[in-house]
Amino acid sequence: MSARVGGSPNRAGGIGRVTGAQEYVADIRLADELHAKLVTVPCARARITGVDAAEALRVPGVHSVVTAADLPSPMPRFGPQFRDRPVLAVDEAKYHGDPVAVVLADTRDAAEAAAGLVRVGYEELPAVTTIAAALDPGAPLVQDPSIRPDDAFAHTNVVREHRVGWGDVDAVAADLVVDHVYTFPMVTHFAIEPHAYIAAPDGDGIAVWSTIQHPNWLQKVLAGVTGLPLAKVRVYAPDPGGGFGGKQHAKYEPLVALLALRAGRPVRLVLTLEETFQAVRRAASEVRVRTGFRSDGTIAFQDIAADYLIGAYVDIADRVVSKGSYLGAGPYRMPAARIVARPILSHTVPSTAFRGFGNPQVNWAVESNLDEGASLLGLDRLDIRLRNLARKGEAFIPWDTPADGDWQQTVRRAAELIGWDTPAAPGHGRGIAIGIKSGPTTGLSYSTVRLLADGSVVVYAGTSDMGQGARTVLAQIAGDELGAPMDWVTVVMGDTAVVPYDQQTSASRSTVLMGNSVLSACREIQGKVRAMAARVYGVDEATIRVDRGVVQLPDREVAIRDVLGPGLGRLGGELVGNGEMRKDAEPGHPLGGAPAFFEFNCTAVEATVDEDTGDVTLVRHVTVSDVGKAINPLQVRMQDEGAAIQGLGHTLMEHYIFDDAGRIRNLGAIDYRIPTSMDLPLEMVSEIVENADGPGPYGAKGMSEGALLCVSAAVAAAVRDATGVVIRDLPLTPERVWRALRERDREAAVAEAVKHEEPVS
Amino acid sequence: MNDLVSIDLTVNGRPRTIEVPAHHTLLDALRDDLGLTGTKECCLVGECGACTVSLDGRIVDSCLVLAVEADGCAVTTVEGLAREGRLSPLQQAFLDHGAAQCGFCIPGQLMAAQDLLDRTARPTAPEIQEGLAGNLCRCAGYEQITEAVLAAAGEAER
Repeated sequence: MSARVGGSPNRAGGIGRVTGAQEYVADIRLADELHAKLVTVPCARARITGVDAAEALRVPGVHSVVTAADLPSPMPRFGPQFRDRPVLAVDEAKYHGDPVAVVLADTRDAAEAAAGLVRVGYEELPAVTTIAAALDPGAPLVQDPSIRPDDAFAHTNVVREHRVGWGDVDAVAADLVVDHVYTFPMVTHFAIEPHAYIAAPDGDGIAVWSTIQHPNWLQKVLAGVTGLPLAKVRVYAPDPGGGFGGKQHAKYEPLVALLALRAGRPVRLVLTLEETFQAVRRAASEVRVRTGFRSDGTIAFQDIAADYLIGAYVDIADRVVSKGSYLGAGPYRMPAARIVARPILSHTVPSTAFRGFGNPQVNWAVESNLDEGASLLGLDRLDIRLRNLARKGEAFIPWDTPADGDWQQTVRRAAELIGWDTPAAPGHGRGIAIGIKSGPTTGLSYSTVRLLADGSVVVYAGTSDMGQGARTVLAQIAGDELGAPMDWVTVVMGDTAVVPYDQQTSASRSTVLMGNSVLSACREIQGKVRAMAARVYGVDEATIRVDRGVVQLPDREVAIRDVLGPGLGRLGGELVGNGEMRKDAEPGHPLGGAPAFFEFNCTAVEATVDEDTGDVTLVRHVTVSDVGKAINPLQVRMQDEGAAIQGLGHTLMEHYIFDDAGRIRNLGAIDYRIPTSMDLPLEMVSEIVENADGPGPYGAKGMSEGALLCVSAAVAAAVRDATGVVIRDLPLTPERVWRALRERDREAAVAEAVKHEEPVS
Repeated sequence: MNDLVSIDLTVNGRPRTIEVPAHHTLLDALRDDLGLTGTKECCLVGECGACTVSLDGRIVDSCLVLAVEADGCAVTTVEGLAREGRLSPLQQAFLDHGAAQCGFCIPGQLMAAQDLLDRTARPTAPEIQEGLAGNLCRCAGYEQITEAVLAAAGEAER
């Protein structure tokens, strides 16, 4: 199968995925493993007064019951932004699911049985699980202020206040100001593969298998917690069974690593789905948007206050908030903008990265607010967007990366595909919204490529392929450049002892950053092929070009493979290239670096609403993304459609429900619904815009989050268009929509009654 | 808790006798006792479909079936779909149509889809979506999965 860029060969690693041979972390068994089971307390916050393990220890096969007292003191803490998360809770459990002890046993059965017999003495403490409660001046502090010394906010539940803006929103004149608050629920990643971890002593070091997206980052965390040098911490990261951001950062790896070192045996911890709900989630939000409009629809200013409810430990959530809100004012030009975003700690599951990285929350608010403005001004919702949309090259954030695509083209195509200019059928409503997200602001990706003697290729790349298809894309780039078909290319990932450093797999970066790295490694090899060809064919090197698998000699073309035989000679050997792609930090930039690219998407939907049940049906869902260049168009389509459907989850059905004790009521697959094959739009249309204007190989931009960003606003707009109801809280469950419909009817009845009374008065 | 029961199974055509604790599920037996880890574990409450296998020609969530209940039965797992190293038409269609993304739900999707094809030679897209409604895919590759099943059905008829 050809590896040509722009084609869609079958997925690299695909055969294992359809035969069951693909080995995920939970499929790996080590000899003499101990099975770990976490012990938690059934409330949001508790002071731990004692752990009685006597009964648990009597269960046959139980090895030990480990509490904070058994681990190093002071308890090692870790976290991608703040070192605020203890390996195991010390004295206080801070959210429903925060483990206070862990049972180790020879079998899973014994570990589970014993975990239920561990008697944890605890005193329930007041907890905050909502933004309002966390901000109350009398609220208990989620974190000890000593964790954040010298921090002005240390004595509050606010982590930081991220402010960005330009112009003076208080001074710009507007004909209309639309001011509303929009809320977004707490939702969870629900990767079908629950998080899993194995740690084992490995000579004078440690080996850790994890469902992690960022193996090199995890390696650093583990080195920090264990005191081992990086070279003695080997992280194996088999392809995750879905990540979506939830598997970016360390969770229980430090715990299993310390347990394995302590026990001198491998330790295995495979979370249940319920436990993953208590390990990762997206931040909920309340976003107040004030948009000032001129009467012609020109945006005069936007004033955005975005509060995000994060969890008990920061994880990467502070960055989610700063980066997610940074583009709050969207891809629109405006004289003034003010964005104030706050991550707010609470006694809930630590929120982390989740596809879209904080953008969907603000996007939902701002795009909905634009629609409300258009409605009040009597303007078309598409026109108001096109009027304000930045043109290519325009610095819509005055100091930052200018618009890097023909965004009008994307929006106009989406409008065309939904039939915006034609009337919708009776009872049908349409919505259109625009999403934008900043790509990576820094990056460092090394790679190694080996061109073997027979012309086959091995690529070493520290990217994780969690389904997005990075393995395939990197194989295509190397195969195309070195002249190897797909099945002659192997991509090795997920082993820090073998694969060179890669910063992370996130922010839709891998095609651009690792792609460029692999491309540069191939260029180095092509340079060596060129010198080899000059020698083999006795021609001046300057007259030879090597590109896309082909050696162009002055008088003919030969395949790279054909040069290798005579070039390498009797001893064989290989040609090796090393790649590097670096995007350095920019200290003065509010995000620490300008976005490498923007993910830009326009989503347009047509919906009907069942007036009796409130059930929303998407008749047609159009998603158009500017991807620069699709290295693999089928995978691009899969990412866009998958993102769109994932977006329908938080738009229509998904949300955590809490009880008064701050416990999650709907843990697990029965009570927490995600889209199934029965919840799909009746018709899904995904298209891409390719102008080869991205910074990646062949003009590619990153993609795979874009199609999720503005789903909520587009769907809510269609519901409004179909029914007249404005809903500012997600998800648009049948119950919520039904209530809004009844409220609409009640108001209409009152208005009718008033009208009839008028002649009397 | 650990009283072992001996059970006989025919797994992917091969007779197997194993001893299992009475409370262990068929999923446990397949993954832990037989080393057939292609069948996946996710929700353990019969909602996600990742552990779908065929039991005497009927698909079941193997997390909801006790291993002892399968005593004497024929079990087909994802490992049993390919014959003599060749992918089945359905597996090939999943590969060709990009139905597998992260791949974790795919063994269950394949088993459910094969069962659907065994019962309905030419299912329509809505029939496929209904037939696979019990198999969650968070990558949401539903469109490609449906296309793959449609293609496999067409292939079978040829």
